[in-house]
Amino acid sequence: MHNFLFGILPYIALGVGIMGSIARYDRDPFTWKTSSSQLLRRKQLVIGSSLFHVGVLIIFFGHLVGLLTPIWIFDAIGISHGAKQLLAVVAGGIAGVMALVGGGMLFHRRWTDPRIRQTSSFWDIAILAMLLAQLVLGLGTIFVSLGHLDGHEMVKFMSWAQGIFTFDGAAASYIADVSLVFKLHLFLGLTIILVFPFTRLVHMLSAPVRYIWRPGYQVVRSRRQKPANPAE
Amino acid sequence: MKVRAQIGMVLNLDKCIGCHTCSVTCKNVWTSRDGVEYAWFNNVESKPGTGYPTDWENQARWNGGWERTKSGKLQPKQGSKWRILANIFANPDLPEIDDYYEPFDFDYDHLKSAPEMEAFPTARPRSKITGERMEKIEKGPNWEEILGGEFSKRGEDYNFEGIQKQIYGEYENTFMMYLPRLCEHCLNPACAASCPSGAIYKREEDGIVLIDQEKCRGWRMCVSGCPYKKVYYNWSTGKSEKCTLCYPRIESGNPTVCSETCVGRIRYLGVMLYDADKIEEAANAEATTDLYDAQLGVFLDPSDPEVIAAAARDGVPQDWIKAAQESPIWKMAMEWKVAFPLHPEYRTLPMVWYIPPLSPIQNAAEAGAIGTDGAMPDVKNLRIPVKYLANMLTAGDEAPVVTALERMLGMRAYMRSKTIEGVTDEGLAERVGLTGRMIEDMYKIMALADYEDRFVIPTTHREQVEDAYDLRGGCGFTDTNGCSGGTSKASLFGGAKKALKMPSEVM
Repeated sequence: MHNFLFGILPYIALGVGIMGSIARYDRDPFTWKTSSSQLLRRKQLVIGSSLFHVGVLIIFFGHLVGLLTPIWIFDAIGISHGAKQLLAVVAGGIAGVMALVGGGMLFHRRWTDPRIRQTSSFWDIAILAMLLAQLVLGLGTIFVSLGHLDGHEMVKFMSWAQGIFTFDGAAASYIADVSLVFKLHLFLGLTIILVFPFTRLVHMLSAPVRYIWRPGYQVVRSRRQKPANPAE
Repeated sequence: MKVRAQIGMVLNLDKCIGCHTCSVTCKNVWTSRDGVEYAWFNNVESKPGTGYPTDWENQARWNGGWERTKSGKLQPKQGSKWRILANIFANPDLPEIDDYYEPFDFDYDHLKSAPEMEAFPTARPRSKITGERMEKIEKGPNWEEILGGEFSKRGEDYNFEGIQKQIYGEYENTFMMYLPRLCEHCLNPACAASCPSGAIYKREEDGIVLIDQEKCRGWRMCVSGCPYKKVYYNWSTGKSEKCTLCYPRIESGNPTVCSETCVGRIRYLGVMLYDADKIEEAANAEATTDLYDAQLGVFLDPSDPEVIAAAARDGVPQDWIKAAQESPIWKMAMEWKVAFPLHPEYRTLPMVWYIPPLSPIQNAAEAGAIGTDGAMPDVKNLRIPVKYLANMLTAGDEAPVVTALERMLGMRAYMRSKTIEGVTDEGLAERVGLTGRMIEDMYKIMALADYEDRFVIPTTHREQVEDAYDLRGGCGFTDTNGCSGGTSKASLFGGAKKALKMPSEVM
């Protein structure tokens, strides 16, 4: 069971997450959207959404860099495991609380405001609840981590995550003896990746960074296959 | 010079009777769907009033349109690109649906299904968003219809800027006019500039501004970016929508639904040629009062041989050049100078223009005592203050509005003299800077307003860009995803991709 959850499920989740997203983007781009509800109710959204998104983005990139950067790089630039663990606890803790408070406001708004509730789909509510549960679990791991600030537990997760991406068959065994709260956190995380393409979360993949480089402000489209003045 | 063609519209407010036929036919065709019940691609407002959504003209509040920064740069008033992206999680300038109104329907079924009761059954309102009972309707699509509500509220109208407005709240001094509004299909659209996804684009061939529904991600910056508040967020689909200038009709040479059904025959559609290279410079004119003239400078004279040659070089079809030469828009905006852009100070270079309305003479009871300027009344004596119209149409510059009103009064006097007294008064035409011939032309187009004079719309040239063979088996027009063949070039699930040619970006 342990091997299935942490050795096989990651591949299923990543497979469904990636293929599902590609299929949705290509076959049904009309459904690819943020599903913003700001128009219907501004209250609680301005603070809630800002806190939530900023917090979640910090956590997301923190996990990405923290888990997938090879361990030898940290060793090479002289960041000790203990220091990295401390950084993760402090930065992750602050961002986690931000995201939890913001997400809580968003959930309260979505659940109690009749306008938002009536216009929410099942997945709108479910994914927000999942993310909140994940934040609670993630913050819960901090209390365990405080017990071993030398960072040796963290190295286990790095080995596991990097093991998954390098097709290490024994990856699951690296985290066999970690605390239950970590396992729940990992399982829910994988589940979120699994359902990702079927929820509004896909909007993060179309974060509009190209806007910054888009030349000028105007967008003109032509049906002609070659513009009249290709030089311009 | 980069010549492009634009379908422009002029609305002759002098003839608008405020019947809302344009709004209703538009609604029936385009927005009778979930999520856009509150949206009116075309609406008619009674002025003075705060309009729909409330106070939309006040850009100090909504931050729509463009601004010229201190360093002389042109950027959206809601902020530079970085600033727009920083606000992406929560847009501080986005109106709430209550700023438009909460859409409602009535329990009509109760009228026939109610049991026997003491009182007559009534159809009470119900929200179209939540489905819940609404005890009181606070706002509707045209809440200030015919000066509804007290003046203290309506008097918040932005166009009273610089006017001692108190006296216009008094019964004897009341004035009113109608303002039908739709997307301006701007030459410098602020919505397109604000769209982080690049989903809003202007069509090269006819200037229509559209939102690519498959590319729109619902970042909702266009809603706040548009100073006319004519981009609407569909809360059901999560995408923004706007007036399409009925492009399927325009492409086949037909007028838009609002124009076609206008019973007052106030709407005109025609082609304007413009120089795309001059847009930024014109929109960035230093003083807001220069913007009207700057926009006139962007238009190109379609009978100038140089322009014709450049237009042909830039791919404007022959019949479009011919249509531009016969364009009623050109005549009203450029030759007679009776039509003006709506709020040029927003720097979007709008392309739906307005002929200001004449109004009854103030203090008609003392009609004998008022100054009549020859055969014409003095425009200063008209009920609607010229300053009010100027705030709306020329960023506050009264002179062009006065000229336009004088020309309209001149046309009336000239034609009255000609048809009733049998005297052609060439001197009168000269006094308003026109000739008798021009006035007769004006009369034909503005007063008689025959269908073929109002709408000079060339058909689009799909045959030059599309192979009809590729269109076989297609499913035609849809506003959801019914027709999508996917966005990638490769085929995801095997089989050949349809060779549909979608419009692609050019600059």
